[in-house]
Amino acid sequence: MVLFFVYIPVLMNIGYSFFRLSSYSSGAAFVGADNYKRFFSDQVLPIMLKNNIAYCVVSLVVQVGFGTVLALILESSAIGDRFKGFFRNLYYIPALISLTAVGLMFTFIYEPNIGFINNILRAFSLPTYGWLGDSKIAIYCVIAMSQWQFTGYITLLMVVAFQNVPQDYLEAAAIDGAGPVRRAVSIMIPQAKEQLLVCTIITVIGAFKLYTEVYATTAGGPGNSSQVLGLFLYQQAFLHDDLGMAAVTGVFIFVITVTLSVIQIRVTRSGQD
Amino acid sequence: MKKNSIAILLNLLCVILGIIIVAPLAWILLNSLKTNQELFKNSLALPKVWQFGNYLKAWNLGLYKYFGNSLLVSVISLSGILVTSSFLAYGLTRFRAKGSNLIFIIVLGGMALSEQVALVPLYKILRALKIYDTYAAVILPYIAFRIPFTVFLMRAYFISIPRELEEAAVVDGYNSFQIFTKIIVPISKPIFASCAIVNLNFVWNEFLFANVFLNNKALQTIPIGLMTFKGDLKIDYTTTLAGLMIASAPLIILFVCMSRQFVRGLTSGAVKG
Repeated sequence: MVLFFVYIPVLMNIGYSFFRLSSYSSGAAFVGADNYKRFFSDQVLPIMLKNNIAYCVVSLVVQVGFGTVLALILESSAIGDRFKGFFRNLYYIPALISLTAVGLMFTFIYEPNIGFINNILRAFSLPTYGWLGDSKIAIYCVIAMSQWQFTGYITLLMVVAFQNVPQDYLEAAAIDGAGPVRRAVSIMIPQAKEQLLVCTIITVIGAFKLYTEVYATTAGGPGNSSQVLGLFLYQQAFLHDDLGMAAVTGVFIFVITVTLSVIQIRVTRSGQD
Repeated sequence: MKKNSIAILLNLLCVILGIIIVAPLAWILLNSLKTNQELFKNSLALPKVWQFGNYLKAWNLGLYKYFGNSLLVSVISLSGILVTSSFLAYGLTRFRAKGSNLIFIIVLGGMALSEQVALVPLYKILRALKIYDTYAAVILPYIAFRIPFTVFLMRAYFISIPRELEEAAVVDGYNSFQIFTKIIVPISKPIFASCAIVNLNFVWNEFLFANVFLNNKALQTIPIGLMTFKGDLKIDYTTTLAGLMIASAPLIILFVCMSRQFVRGLTSGAVKG
C-alpha cells in the first residue's frame, strides 16, 4: 500500500515531468525537457527559492535551535517540577490546531485595522504596518506564524529525548564537577543526537513542502511576493491546468528534500565514528 | 545568589513565552464572543454582552457537516493506520524474513517523501480508480502516507519489550497472532496512544489532499470547510472566529486529557539515543 500510494506516484511524477498534460483530459504529448526549461526560466523561481530558504533557515534557528534550548531549560532544575509539564503542554497546543485554522486566525491577527498586533502597537503609540498586505514583509509574517505554531512541537520531541538520557551519566558528570550548561552540551545533546536529527529533517522537509500556511494567509501575494514551491505546484496543476509544470516542480521539491535528508544523515553518521 | 537569579530569569522566560502562545488565541476567543460592531470599534475591549450565539450560528451554518465528515475520515484512517502499522512494526522486530530489511528501508524511506510530489499522479490514479471525490480518496492516501512514521515510532517501542514474555506465551501454546493481540497490544498502550494523537493531528488537520481530492461540498472535511466558511460569511467575522474555535477545540481537549499517556508513550519508546 505504501508502494502503491507513495512510491508509484512519485515515480509517475518524474515521468509526467516530460509531458504536456491536463488535469481534466487524458491526452499527453511528449515534450522532452521543455517543462524543465520553462520552470528554470520562470521569473517566480528566484522568489520562491528565497522564500523557501528563508523559511527553512528561520525554522532551523528558532524551532530546532531555540526549541532544543527551551527543552533543556524545561528539563533543568530551574523550573519547578509542577510547572514543567504545564509549560511543555502549553507550548504544544498551537501544533494541534490545523494549519488552515491558524492561517485564518492570523489573517485576523495581522489585519491592519482591527487586527490584534496593530491594536497593541496603537495602544503603545507605536507605528503600525500592513503585515500580510505588504509585499516586503508578507512572507516573514507567515514564517513568524509558523514559529509560533511549531516551536513547542520540537520542544516536546526534545524533552522526550532528554528524559531518555540515563540518569547515572548525569549524576556521574555532576560529581565530576560539570555544571548544568556543561552537562547539557557534553551529555544531554550527544545522547539525544538521533532525535535532534529527526527534528532537523522534519523541519527542513517541512520548509520545502510549505503550502497550506501560505494558501490560507496570502495565497502567494501580494503579487507573487510570498510565492513558495508547494503552492506554485498546486496552482500550476489545478488553476493553470499545466500538469507538466507541476510535475517538474514536484521533481524539484523531491530532489531538494531527499538530497538534504541524505546529507544530514551522512553528516551525523560521520560524527559518530 | 547567582544561581537563584538565573532560575528566576528562566522561569520568567517560560512565562513570557507562555503569554506569546496564549495571547493570540485569547484574542480570537474574546472576539468570537462579541458582535461585529464591537469587533470593529475596539478589538481589545470586552464585549457588553457575551455572544455565545455566534457558536450556535457557526455550528448550524454548516460546520456540523464538515465536523461529521472529519470525524468519519479520521476514525477510519486512524484505525487503518494503527492496525497496519502495528502488524508491520511487530513483524519487523520479531521475524527475520528474507525481505524484511528491504521492507524496513522502503517504509522508512517513505518518511522522506512529501505529499506534494505525489499529488498530481495520485489525482490521476484516484480518477482512474473511480474513487476521486469519495471518502476513500483521502482515507487511502492518508493511511499510506502515515504508515512510515507510525512504524518508525512503534518499532522502537516493540524492540524494548523483553522477549521472555513471548517465550513464556509460546510455552503456553499461543500462536504469533495471539501473542500479538493478547500480550503485545495490552502492554503497548502508551505507544498506541502517542501514535493515535500524532496521526489524529495529521488527519484531522490535513489540507492539501482534502482540498484536491474532495470536490463535493457534502464530503469536505473541516480544514477545507473553514476556507469555504470564511468565503461564505465574508464580513461576519465574529461567526468565522467562533467557527475557528469550534474546529480547533476537539484536539486540544483530547490532548489535555491524554497528555500524560502521550508523553509516556514517546519517552519509553521513541528514538533511544
